[in-house]
Amino acid sequence: MNAATAIECRELTRRFGGFTAVDGISFDVRAGEVFGFLGANGAGKTTAIRMLTGLLAPSSGRASVAGHDVSTEAERIKRSIGYMSQRFSLYEDLTVRENIRLYGGIYDLSDRDIRERTDRMLARLGLEQTADAFVRAIPLGWRQKLAFSVALLHQPRVVFLDEPTSGVDPITRRQFWELIYEAAASGTTVLVTTHYMDEAEYCDRISIMVAGRIAAMGTPAELKQRFAVPSIDDVFVQLARAPS
Amino acid sequence: MSALFGLIRKEVYHILRDRRTLVVIIAMPVLQVILFGYAIRTDVDHVRLAIVDPAPDPKTLALRQRFEAARVFQTVAVLPNSRELEPLFQRGIAQGAVLFEPGFGERLGRGVPANVLIVGDASEPNTGSIVQAYATAVVQGYEQELSRGRSVRIVPTIRMRFNPTRESSNLFVPGLMAFVLTIVSSLMTAISLTREKETGTLEALLVSPLRPWQIIVGKVAPYIGVGFVSVLGVIAEARLVFDVPLRGSLSLLLIEGLLFILVSLALGILISARTSSQRVAMMGALIGTMLPTMLLSGFIFPLESMPLPLRAISVVVPARWFVLVARSIMLKGTGLAYLWRPTLVLVAMAAVLLTASTRAFHARLEG
Repeated sequence: MNAATAIECRELTRRFGGFTAVDGISFDVRAGEVFGFLGANGAGKTTAIRMLTGLLAPSSGRASVAGHDVSTEAERIKRSIGYMSQRFSLYEDLTVRENIRLYGGIYDLSDRDIRERTDRMLARLGLEQTADAFVRAIPLGWRQKLAFSVALLHQPRVVFLDEPTSGVDPITRRQFWELIYEAAASGTTVLVTTHYMDEAEYCDRISIMVAGRIAAMGTPAELKQRFAVPSIDDVFVQLARAPS
Repeated sequence: MSALFGLIRKEVYHILRDRRTLVVIIAMPVLQVILFGYAIRTDVDHVRLAIVDPAPDPKTLALRQRFEAARVFQTVAVLPNSRELEPLFQRGIAQGAVLFEPGFGERLGRGVPANVLIVGDASEPNTGSIVQAYATAVVQGYEQELSRGRSVRIVPTIRMRFNPTRESSNLFVPGLMAFVLTIVSSLMTAISLTREKETGTLEALLVSPLRPWQIIVGKVAPYIGVGFVSVLGVIAEARLVFDVPLRGSLSLLLIEGLLFILVSLALGILISARTSSQRVAMMGALIGTMLPTMLLSGFIFPLESMPLPLRAISVVVPARWFVLVARSIMLKGTGLAYLWRPTLVLVAMAAVLLTASTRAFHARLEG
């Protein structure tokens, strides 16, 4: 493994009793890459992400994230990653500023760092005026963008986004993806799951999971060519209909 | 450490900003004390009295007169024999009874001790004690009046029906403390933890470098504070408004309170580990902690008069032990020398439940 590899997965497997949720998946994600992690509900995406974020121990196989092994260095992984889930990760009864301060503290940032990064983040998001508003009072799209920025607050090397844009209107989704590109351009590796196939087209590379295995992996263009279809949506439907 | 502090501060914000819940937490103990304080009044008048006088004579009539004159009593029936007494007690028409023996006056005239039986319905503990105290006083007053110069003896025999030991009703404050602590510690913790599960914020904390114990401590520490404030409030109000004594050591009482808070918090964490919605958590806390605290701790219903199976179940209800300890400290001034046994039970419960709840929390991480 070299410094340019952010996530390395080898035969990663997780069984729950007799059920194999993730069945020997292998893939690499390069540093600064936007990697789309696709699959129908129940295909094993969430289990895989839980293993990669150190929440769940693998049954067999190995994986490393930001150079740390998921089985033995879960605590170090947690310091090097950011995470944002489909469900909301900010506290609605805290203000924007309080949320940022809370997460800054959790990641052991100094008060000065927190202040500086807060100001920078608010300026970039155009949220200076609402810094002291309760999160529940700001529109969903802004909250989502804020949650993403908070996940990046401690400048993680890898950020995991679990369906970050579900329930958001197309324009906000577009803006959200600009933030993702910005983060990737500055060297952060992004692993993102989504159900929106147009978003899959935005990724550098994608993998499609079916029944715990990776059924296809490559750039969106490669996959469309290989399956001889016009869109990732069609690739997805073909794979999901005839599980390998 | 600053991460933990930030977490605690955040939880304090949650508590302070949830106005409705805050009002409930603060106002409820105050209201409960008033409610229980007045519902279980120690001064009772117009105790309904039945008199059984099989052979009326001037002496029994004179004593009956005195009972009728006493403000505390209200004579509801005069019966020729004791057989008709039982239904009156059963239906609650009579709360007390005075039974004269036949030939009462004749025995007094001969200078032989005359017997009178005083019966109280102690299923209402206060009424029981009042019947005993006042009836005895009335009888003794009459005895003294008659005995001028002569030796006269009236022997009152006391019998309590339904609940012979008559737990004193001052006991509601310790029970109330247990109840309030259960609500604040178990219910609030279970709800606030499941709320984070529901909103998804718990996941964000779990993938952070925070260790599970930090997440738990950060969640529950503020509720220890809230619980402490509630207990102090209940004690102060009970003392100031109702003159409930605090004969033992306040610090021992608070330490035992802390122990009970830990037990309740652990229960709250356990409940939240097994539930995924606030509503289910609330029901779980209600059935798992609040009902046992109300019904099986001796708070309202005396354990002594419970059937054996219920008494056996009450052994595993933490509040039962805390109520016992708090009562002994407050009303009898008992020290740790005599309370180490129930204290040990609470310590053991806290140890087991805290371990189990941390495990359950870990198990959730793994599941």
